[in-house]
Amino acid sequence: MAAVLPAPQRGLPWFQRLCLGLLLLWLLLPLVPPLVWSFAKGWYYPQLLPESWSLDAWRYVLAPHSQVLASFASSLLCSGTVAFLAALIGVPAGRALGMCSFRGRGWFEMLVIAPTIVPGLAVALGLHIIFIRLGLANSLAGVIIVHLIPTLPYMILVMAGVFANYDPRYEEQARSLGANSWEVWRHVILPAVYPGIIVGALFAFIVSWSQYVMTLLIGGGKVVSVPLLLFNFASAGRNDIAGAICMLYIIPGALIVLASARHLKGAGVMSNLSNP
Amino acid sequence: MSAVTLKELSKTYLGQDHPALDRFSLELPAGEITALLGPSGCGKTTLLKLVAGLLRPSGGDVLFDGESVLDVPPERRDAVLVFQDHLLFPYMDVADNVGFGLRMRGMSAKQLASEVDEALEMVKLPGFGPRQPAELSGGQRQRVALARSLVVKPKILLLDEPLSNLDAHLRLEMRDLIVSLQRQTRVTCAVVTHDQQEAVEMAKRIALMMDGRLLQAGAAADFYQRPASAAVARFFGAHNIYPCTVEQGRVKCCLGEFEGVPQADGVGTGKAQVVVRSEHVGIDGSASLRARIEAVDYLGTACRVRAVLPDGGKLLAMLPPERANELKAGEETGIALDPARLWVVPF
Repeated sequence: MAAVLPAPQRGLPWFQRLCLGLLLLWLLLPLVPPLVWSFAKGWYYPQLLPESWSLDAWRYVLAPHSQVLASFASSLLCSGTVAFLAALIGVPAGRALGMCSFRGRGWFEMLVIAPTIVPGLAVALGLHIIFIRLGLANSLAGVIIVHLIPTLPYMILVMAGVFANYDPRYEEQARSLGANSWEVWRHVILPAVYPGIIVGALFAFIVSWSQYVMTLLIGGGKVVSVPLLLFNFASAGRNDIAGAICMLYIIPGALIVLASARHLKGAGVMSNLSNP
Repeated sequence: MSAVTLKELSKTYLGQDHPALDRFSLELPAGEITALLGPSGCGKTTLLKLVAGLLRPSGGDVLFDGESVLDVPPERRDAVLVFQDHLLFPYMDVADNVGFGLRMRGMSAKQLASEVDEALEMVKLPGFGPRQPAELSGGQRQRVALARSLVVKPKILLLDEPLSNLDAHLRLEMRDLIVSLQRQTRVTCAVVTHDQQEAVEMAKRIALMMDGRLLQAGAAADFYQRPASAAVARFFGAHNIYPCTVEQGRVKCCLGEFEGVPQADGVGTGKAQVVVRSEHVGIDGSASLRARIEAVDYLGTACRVRAVLPDGGKLLAMLPPERANELKAGEETGIALDPARLWVVPF
């Protein structure tokens, strides 16, 4: 009997290894030139490597007067707030979408996904006029609000998935045992869905972190986020400084991927909730 | 403990035409177990949720000790519902699960620990506090759920099918545990079940419901000896139910004419149905009512005989097991009936 079964293969077959290698190369290779640039002093065609090395770019980027670190702080504040607000709105919305069937649910779902289909620039141009009237243009608050447009769909869809596998009878059980609505959120709903909240918020953070057009338009140049700064130096031909900022710019995303790899698995915990 | 009165209680779920519960009135006596019996989907769980306050009724009233609790939120009703699938919080250990209700009542951690230990001892799971729900067997989880609800000393304990997820041998154990814990705590208890045997074994009072309505409420024996309708009789295992006519106290049906047959209230003269429980059917070769034996099954504790009447009607008889030796399928025999053990219900 056992002889019929094919012998299990050790590791990945060579073709899959090749594909994985190419994929990694494709992801990492574009990062090499900015990394080299950030330590270069003059690097021109057809030189394979810069003629001399220097830490000038890094010194400039890390110096307080360059405003690079300040813009990092404001970017972190902006994206962090966006992620927090997206969670605040996305959890109840995802709960409604994942657990309730109501009239017009299909339309609601369409509306949620719409920002991922409609180009952000079109939305931002329209909103710009409204925001000017509301006094939100050229302010961090305005930028945060406009960042919610592309981030909310991710948050809501992640939470809808989590709540679709969630058993609301646990809430009834908790209430029957003496928990009020707030205690039900605190002790039943949040512990059950927090891996989803973390994953969704991390996604929201990354999406907000990489916004360029919307920040430029609504922030009106007053809110200088890292991508704006990066673009300034790149278009001014300061490839060395742009390279250094680039390296810093990818750190949060890389950290988040590492952190969420664990929680992405954890998001499946919900399905064990009913009938463990 | 607290007496519960349900007054004309109705519940229609949003978007549904048919009420899940239809003008349902019932008394749950204080300090007793009442079984809510009925086939699945008859509104039993809806009823429990209405008492626990997890649903708002569409009409009618729920009273605890004579006072309406409709405006009391579930967390302050002191009526704890134990769900069919135990629903232990998976991210808490057993002790935290059991202590949940006390924590919500603001009890200090120290006091809580001793109460939790005591509750776990009550359900015969001493020292299980640090375990995770996932490590427990089905029966153990059910007992933890029971401890979790009893530890808050509720006035009313609502159990939704507490035995249906358990294996046969665990079921008896759990049943006895529930009955003995109820005796100890004297909590007013409602047990939902679809199994009439379970209802009879656990509760002195039974309420039989079907399709959101109360069919009959009373002591267990009433359902066997004095069913209110053919549906009740059938649910409690009566197989032999025949149309009949009642005239001046005489009952006429395919089994013959009988005098002195007791009857349910509201059965006047005219068309009705007669119920003959299979354990009250005698098989006696010399009796005048003739029938042909179709099958004889030896069941160990009884002998089941299926017979066909001359008009083609079927009759089921439960006899002492040793009768299986003398009775043969295909033979003709006589059916002996005691009119006092027949029962007439409305058509």
